[in-house]
Amino acid sequence: MIATSFEYTRAASVEAAIARLQSANGAAKLIAGGHSLVPLMKLRLSEPGLLIDIARIPGLAGIRELGGRIEIGAATVHHDVATSSLLRATCPMLADAAASIGDQQVRNRGTLGGSLAHADPAADYPAAMLALDADIHVRGASGARVVKADAFFRGLFTVDLKADEIITAVQFSPTKAAAYAKLHQRASHFAIVGVAAALEVAGGAIASARIGVTGATPSAKRLRAVELRLKGTKATVEAIADASRDAGAELADVNGDLHASEEYRRAMVAVFTRRALTAALERAR
Amino acid sequence: MPSTPVLPKLVGQRVKRREDPRLIQGRGTYVDDIALVGMRYVAFKRSDIAHGRIRSIDVAAAAGMDGVEAVYTGADIAKILPPMPIGTPFPSPEHRAVAVDTVRFVGEPVAVVVASDRYAARDAVDAIGVEYDPLPAVVDTEAAMTGKPTVIHPDFPNNLAVALVPSGTGVTPDGAVDDSAIDAAFAAAEVVVSQRMVNHRLAPSAIEPRGVVAHYEPGKGTMTIWSSTQNPHILRTFIAALNGMGQDQVRAIAPEVGGGFGAKINIYAEEYVCSAVSKALGIPVKWNEDRTEAFVATTHGRDIIAYVDVAAKRDGTLLGLKIRLIADIGAYNMLLTAAIPTLTQMMANATYNIPAIRTTLTEVFTNKTPTDAYRGAGRPEATYFVERAMDMLARELKMDPAELRKKNFIQPAQFPFTTQAGAVYDSGDYAKALDRALEIADWERLKRERDAAQRQGRLVGLGLSMYVEVCGLGPSAALPTGGWEHAQVTVERDGRISATTGASPHGQGNETTFAQMIADQFGVPIEHVSILHGDTGVVKQGIGTFGSRSQAVGGTAIHLAGGKVKSKMAKFAAALMEASEDDLVFENGTIAVKGAPASAKPFAAVAAYAYVPVPLPPGLEPGLSDEAFWEPANNTYPFGCHISMLEIDRETGEPTLLKLVAVDDAGTLINPLIVEGQIHGGLAQGIGQAMIEEVVYSEDGQLVTGSFMDYAMPRAIDFPRFELDATVTPTPVNPLGAKGVGEAGTLGSTPCIVSAAVDALSEFGVKHVDMMLRPEKLWRIIHQGGRP
Repeated sequence: MIATSFEYTRAASVEAAIARLQSANGAAKLIAGGHSLVPLMKLRLSEPGLLIDIARIPGLAGIRELGGRIEIGAATVHHDVATSSLLRATCPMLADAAASIGDQQVRNRGTLGGSLAHADPAADYPAAMLALDADIHVRGASGARVVKADAFFRGLFTVDLKADEIITAVQFSPTKAAAYAKLHQRASHFAIVGVAAALEVAGGAIASARIGVTGATPSAKRLRAVELRLKGTKATVEAIADASRDAGAELADVNGDLHASEEYRRAMVAVFTRRALTAALERAR
Repeated sequence: MPSTPVLPKLVGQRVKRREDPRLIQGRGTYVDDIALVGMRYVAFKRSDIAHGRIRSIDVAAAAGMDGVEAVYTGADIAKILPPMPIGTPFPSPEHRAVAVDTVRFVGEPVAVVVASDRYAARDAVDAIGVEYDPLPAVVDTEAAMTGKPTVIHPDFPNNLAVALVPSGTGVTPDGAVDDSAIDAAFAAAEVVVSQRMVNHRLAPSAIEPRGVVAHYEPGKGTMTIWSSTQNPHILRTFIAALNGMGQDQVRAIAPEVGGGFGAKINIYAEEYVCSAVSKALGIPVKWNEDRTEAFVATTHGRDIIAYVDVAAKRDGTLLGLKIRLIADIGAYNMLLTAAIPTLTQMMANATYNIPAIRTTLTEVFTNKTPTDAYRGAGRPEATYFVERAMDMLARELKMDPAELRKKNFIQPAQFPFTTQAGAVYDSGDYAKALDRALEIADWERLKRERDAAQRQGRLVGLGLSMYVEVCGLGPSAALPTGGWEHAQVTVERDGRISATTGASPHGQGNETTFAQMIADQFGVPIEHVSILHGDTGVVKQGIGTFGSRSQAVGGTAIHLAGGKVKSKMAKFAAALMEASEDDLVFENGTIAVKGAPASAKPFAAVAAYAYVPVPLPPGLEPGLSDEAFWEPANNTYPFGCHISMLEIDRETGEPTLLKLVAVDDAGTLINPLIVEGQIHGGLAQGIGQAMIEEVVYSEDGQLVTGSFMDYAMPRAIDFPRFELDATVTPTPVNPLGAKGVGEAGTLGSTPCIVSAAVDALSEFGVKHVDMMLRPEKLWRIIHQGGRP
């Protein structure tokens, strides 16, 4: 459990971090909380030559309201998301998802940006970002850009982020009518299956639904078939149960491992989709 | 002067652990905190395949790296270290500390690096190239018994480490077997319950992995070895023997030890190698196990399959019990490996009158990490198999599981009770513990709650388990290391007291409990008492802490040594006070003539006199220090009853433990607070095994659960609030009446939780489900027709 030798530097600004990333030419890794990266380094599965610490870059952490939208800085730790009074009041689903991550030590150190960039197939945040239709703000040598969560998660540990780019923040429109439901893997407390669901309810009907699932597939995915089935249906528990029933069966490429076979995961996708949607509906009322 | 004691009597009180402040504040000194001038660091290259021949090892690149001082292959180590011995009288294949030509489990050492720092050592390990000719991995225990897919040790056909050991009714000590009683029992049976059960493999996972510092001093020809061990005196014996040294030339030190759970009894390859390398190079060396290594290089626990048959009458009267045990011991015999499953045989009698019992034991080599003691060590397995079978019988007979137990209990008047395996239970009142547990749990109300929940469609179940275990290990006839414990008590010149114990506590709180006893014995404040342990240079003799023996055996030695010193001190006090030594009372930091408080002399004044005795009383030597070896005539047999309530999520199969009641009888309690802490820890590991902990190997012998990402270490969030109580049935085996409690929590918890799960799944016709209660396994029972 000893990493290979590496250099370490603390970046004072996003620009400085990008400059170091560029000059390292692929040999550098960004580190903030380090709760995914450091274990990989200790196992020598990741051997970066340089670590650029971005945890203390001024302005990179924090949760704020911007004209009805919420912005969360990439270096915000899970604990701050889980306990944010702003999020508890306006978007409790995201606070719940953060509170379900790992354990207290992980939540005290791990960051939102780190989790999204690492894109562990069982991480909780990606499902939440999909359900919130979040914008992921990215900056690199060639400037800043915004990537929709939908387009950001591309595959196993793979995201739309270039070697010299940094996630700076996420932005989304908060909704109370959203919930996160998760089957915990009891060793790591990653998600065997985690489902984030957000509903728009109007006049007793579901105007729209967005559902993100993590843990089930190589990277977090929207459950578009379920979303489509829900659109326009009555906002009832029964309608949700009907729409969720085949949620797992419709997924391609479902994970199977020691903790849960593919078959079981598919079944759990249906169960937790229904649970998340039902809880979201409850909050919509 | 006040006539009532100022100092409270401490034995029996909830005294807070004196150890905790330093440990909680990070002020403990562990092996990794030891630093010596000129110290080098050792790292091990380990096999990454389960089974294979070593075709070649290339150490040239590693040897040439900056900071690397030496690299040893297995052949090199074999020149300076004989094969590793075991501590049991079973046949064993040759076991080299570092593999010479064949590797037999993932994690087995194949080369050793000595370097200037641990980073250089680790880097050099990666530079060693090993080529293997892979052999088939032997992973499936029962297939292994037929020699499939191959044989691991040529001298052990069909991988049988122990072919067949019978025990119980009709088996004489010389091994002669008479089947008539057990056959008659089953012939007379009105009901027979049969089940294959698996008590699966666990990784002990102490919070402090192992570590060694070995320091051979060529000028003196002596060796000091620091190790995270449960038994420094045993370590000293083996380190001396394998290095060709005398025991007087080796000093073994166990500083703070961050948990052992049985896995730090064994003397390991790394301890031998560090000592031999230090001796060869004449420099101090250090090795610290990392967590990844701990999963493969520290012994595992449990891993026993049982085929259980119970014969009974329709009214629930037990007639006979047969258990066929198959233990998967991994690739090698370690110190106590072969003996652990024999404790399962020894305790098959459980808490019941069973007219005929037959157990047989087979031990099997596989290409896995070797097993050895793990908290409970053989007794949780026995408890699990028998108590699960009792629960199945109760279900078959539609009897309340508590009633079935009561009907068959060994009665208080039957003690001392000789079991069918020849063990002699010292004392017991099983119905009392059961009744107390039923009362605390409110069993009848719980049953109504369960029934109501089941009517609502919830999968709620109840489980109940009795247990009896063997603790306080001794006498020497039962323990090849010696079955005694040693203590030396010294009243120092300033009136403070130091006591050494050969027990080597690593979480048991003996610095507190032993000090409570001595404070009471001498009538001094506990703050004036120091308990010293874990250093063979300080503690003259000892065996160590395992098998819940430190209080019952080590504590008694303390008590006896203290009594000798107190008696001598009374003689000095009598001379000083011109009184009879028989009339003296030790209390409140004084020694006084009974009924004459004005006569009181400060305790420290009498101590000072004993060290500068002018005049020296006739017949007395100066000083106040004496020792005792205590060897009990028998083990102790604590017991108890655990009850649990558990709910399974019908949709997901996830089990949730709703309630756990534990009533434990450990005999006399020196410190109920520490006892509860021990029970809590045992329960945590028992619940862990039942619900979330499992070592899993792949078909090719790779450890799948090789980190805490996949091996679930139980945490506080995994438990309900434990509801504890105690009954007290003192043992006649020692003058304290204390039986031992370190392992108890692991015994009753596993069967009562699994029985609760089976109860919860009763609508599916399930009779048994193997641990651990993996959600998917339960989900399949619920959703796929009741098949586990």
